[in-house]
Amino acid sequence: MASSNTQTPAYYVPDSSIWPIVGAVGLFLTAFGFANSLNHHANGMTIMNVGLVVMLVMIWGWFSDVISESVAGKYSPQVDISFRWGMIWFIVSEVMFFAAFFGALFYARQFSVPWLGGDGSKGPLQELIWPAFDATWPLLQLPDATHLEPAAGVIGPWGLPLINTLILLTSGATVTWAHHALLHEDRRGLIAGLALTVTLGFIFVYLQILEYGHAMHEYHLTMASGIYGATFFMLTGFHGFHVTLGAIMLTVILARAIWGHFSPQNHFAFEAVAWYWHFVDVVWLGLFIFVYWL
Amino acid sequence: MSHAAAHADHHEHHHGPAKGIGRWLYTTNHKDIGTMYMVFALIMFFIGGAMAMVIRAELFQPGLQLVDPQFFNSMTTMHALVMIFGAVMPAFVGLANWMVPVMIGAPDMALPRLNNWSFWIMPFAFLLLLSTLFLPGGAPAGGWTMYAPLVLQTGEAFPFLILAVHMMGISSVLGAINIIATIFNMRAPGLTYMKLPLFVWTWIITAFLLITSIPVLAGAVTMLLTDKYFGTSFFNAAGGGDPVMFQHIFWFFGHPEVYIMILPAFGIVSAIIPTFARKPLFGYESMVYATASIAFLSFIVWAHHMFTVGMPLAGELFFMYTTVLIAVPTGVKVFNWVATMWRGSMTFETPMLFALGFVVLFTIGGFSGLMLGVTPVDFQYHDTYFVVAHFHYVLVTGAVFSIMAATYYWLPKWTGHMYDERLGKLHFWSSVITVNILFFPQHFLGLAGMPRRIPDYAVQFTDFNMISSIGGFAFGLSQLLFLAVVIKCVRGGEKATDRVWEGAEGLEWTLPSPAPYHSFTTPPIVR
Repeated sequence: MASSNTQTPAYYVPDSSIWPIVGAVGLFLTAFGFANSLNHHANGMTIMNVGLVVMLVMIWGWFSDVISESVAGKYSPQVDISFRWGMIWFIVSEVMFFAAFFGALFYARQFSVPWLGGDGSKGPLQELIWPAFDATWPLLQLPDATHLEPAAGVIGPWGLPLINTLILLTSGATVTWAHHALLHEDRRGLIAGLALTVTLGFIFVYLQILEYGHAMHEYHLTMASGIYGATFFMLTGFHGFHVTLGAIMLTVILARAIWGHFSPQNHFAFEAVAWYWHFVDVVWLGLFIFVYWL
Repeated sequence: MSHAAAHADHHEHHHGPAKGIGRWLYTTNHKDIGTMYMVFALIMFFIGGAMAMVIRAELFQPGLQLVDPQFFNSMTTMHALVMIFGAVMPAFVGLANWMVPVMIGAPDMALPRLNNWSFWIMPFAFLLLLSTLFLPGGAPAGGWTMYAPLVLQTGEAFPFLILAVHMMGISSVLGAINIIATIFNMRAPGLTYMKLPLFVWTWIITAFLLITSIPVLAGAVTMLLTDKYFGTSFFNAAGGGDPVMFQHIFWFFGHPEVYIMILPAFGIVSAIIPTFARKPLFGYESMVYATASIAFLSFIVWAHHMFTVGMPLAGELFFMYTTVLIAVPTGVKVFNWVATMWRGSMTFETPMLFALGFVVLFTIGGFSGLMLGVTPVDFQYHDTYFVVAHFHYVLVTGAVFSIMAATYYWLPKWTGHMYDERLGKLHFWSSVITVNILFFPQHFLGLAGMPRRIPDYAVQFTDFNMISSIGGFAFGLSQLLFLAVVIKCVRGGEKATDRVWEGAEGLEWTLPSPAPYHSFTTPPIVR
């Protein structure tokens, strides 16, 4: 056997933990309850909510363990790198999740809507099926609106979406400010930068809710308004959900910053959440350009 | 709720496993988790196999005799989902869990608690999926590919199917993140990338494919869910969507998924052949680059699954050329395996037999894949039994044979006992003969025009179907031998040496057999 290297500190391998199995049960109850509620069974919602509570307990307990181990100094720099790779690849997987919906948007705009309007080799078929259909984007007049709720208009880019773009870009700058403050042991700058970022994050979410209200009540734009409404609400909805999660994670980081958990050398959690925040920022730029603007 | 980890004394890690069921529920040990993955995969292999037996029994003769068509369709759908997501993928993840840390000299996986979560999501996902067999309307019957609009007609099983797929996806992505983080960060000092065993290399690339393709599947099934329950029009032409769009998104996931199920197999075969040929692997670097090329190409070939759906000519041509291009790196691999054996000092223990079976039979599956990749030819073969024969050659005699080869190869390391070589050889020969009786005639059925996923067929297909079914029952029975060998080996047997195989190379063989519960707590130095 190769000789062992005594210089390297041992990698921290946690003891057995109850949280993963709690998480698996929670995930199962959430999925089982949701499926039952979609099938209109009476207990579905209750089971789903129990599952969600179990998940929250798991998240709380699991992260508490990780934080207390981190504060106790059990994590070597090598463990830190594992966490970094974990977060990076998790964000890659999230990017690919959004890619599916962007793909659907591009496909609808480039192919399915023009084809329905008579483009391409199967164009003449349109005369037989929906001769009155005229392909436009945003798609307001649908090929067949019998079971759908056509919209009267869509949200333009230069109102709330532009303001939201500025808000998210600014929050990207404030979180970077907080990071620099952390590296220079400027505690006040760290807390102020984070607090601003959290505030901007929640303002963004609030404005998105306002915008949704606007879209639904004034333009009757819903998920059931054809492919425009479907892509609009699924893309902005999943994005808004991710911003909400990011803002909650930033809030936790703010609390931990106030408790003094971070040092210039050891602040992986801060960086992970900052990466995540930049990720939702970049996704928003894609949304602003391809959903609202072009 | 404050559990042991908070007050854990550091050297408690060097103690053995905990007692009772808690060991398995709460474990953070990569060997325990690897074992659970393997056992789970084996159970799913028999459940999925039982469904295949129902299919072959119904197809034994023309007409409807045993099951009604709806149930038959459920069987084809569930057989695929169970075998792909429940048997082959977890088996490879289990092998990675067991072997990757010991092959790279790491004390465990990079994120051990996450590892446990990845595993335990799986049994619950399959509880959700298999429970649909007992729902009103039965299990999903629209095919594992879940094409809209057909799948949207599924009854109460529909949300169960979608959410089970989501859970499997979460498990796979978390598992892949863990494996890639482990390999990037936990290699022993001196173990540079170009010294990694090929099984480790193929898993880096597989993990990358999982992380980038599974979320796209999650997106696709989410769109199905909202189309059915929340009024969206992704796959509904009346609202400006397109059912074909589902096929594009699905196969953008689906083709990388195919390689997720074969790249680790390449790694296994590349470990076994050099051991029993007693020669180093021929063309190691070209193997790494070939694997990476296959992975890259896997993202730009997806529409060859849907040549007949009606695509622009440019699309048909593009996807045909990229598809056929895959034969180049795959050919490099097959050439290297053969060249490794050239003038080797060969012996034919069971792992080697399965690896050789893999090389020959997987290559047959590769060739029929080439035929299917040629667009005008595919117009004839699409949705026939030729396709069924093709993907069973690559998945059964490819992926499954490699998993069996790996099991025989590393079982002595896991259990500390040699398996029964005579029974192992019997298992190999009965499997390799019956699997060809099972799947080879399906090529002819497909070429003659028998469609897949239909419980009845025209009388001229009877003879080949009978032969295929007899082969199927015999292949199914042969797998009981595998179960017997594994159980016998776990319970006892001749003591295995540390090296186990005379020609074996790599860090895993420096450990005692069975491998201790905690290994490489201080990393070895690789020169």
